[in-house]
Amino acid sequence: MTVLQGLPLWLALLVALLLVVGSTLTLLGAFGLVRLRSFYDRIHAPTLGTSWGAAAILLASIFTWSWLEGRAVVHELVVGILLMCTTPVTLMLLGRTALHRNRRAGVEGVPPSLKR
Amino acid sequence: MTLDSLPWFAVTYAQIALALAAAFATFRILVGPRAEDRVLGLDTLYVTVMLLFFVTGLRLGTPFLFEAALAIAVVGFVSNVALAKFLMRGEVIE
Repeated sequence: MTVLQGLPLWLALLVALLLVVGSTLTLLGAFGLVRLRSFYDRIHAPTLGTSWGAAAILLASIFTWSWLEGRAVVHELVVGILLMCTTPVTLMLLGRTALHRNRRAGVEGVPPSLKR
Repeated sequence: MTLDSLPWFAVTYAQIALALAAAFATFRILVGPRAEDRVLGLDTLYVTVMLLFFVTGLRLGTPFLFEAALAIAVVGFVSNVALAKFLMRGEVIE
């Protein structure tokens, strides 16, 4: 049986809502990854999961463990801050990689390089 | 169904939704027309499985899955940056 049964009703409702919202947003982002047509559209979809999808699930985890241990348990914030800092770095690098590779392959509709 | 089993339903729904999201990301890794699509799918897979670890930790009531999720987050960032850099330059460390 899950530890969530030991929570009071208001906290159980809040945690359940956060879990459902977070996982639904992550699922929608991953569905966009499958559904969208071009790479430059697809690169935006998973950020749903890395922004509020992750934030909602981490908040649910923080609330549950803080109540169960009787003190403020905030070490999930480490993962949240790490995700917030690293996702833009990865995605910007990936976008530039895609642009570079598309230019080199001569794909139509790619803006040209500004360098001469 | 009583109101007591509401968290159980929420956790089960979250696990199923995250597993489905991981399946979608795996689809993009396997199918993705070009290499950067596969790296993007791998990035999504890392984040999704990390969140799945958190939800499973809530369900089992163990705090030990947190360290695994932290390791997945760090390793996922480093590996994805290395892959993107390799695709762009042809080498990882210049």
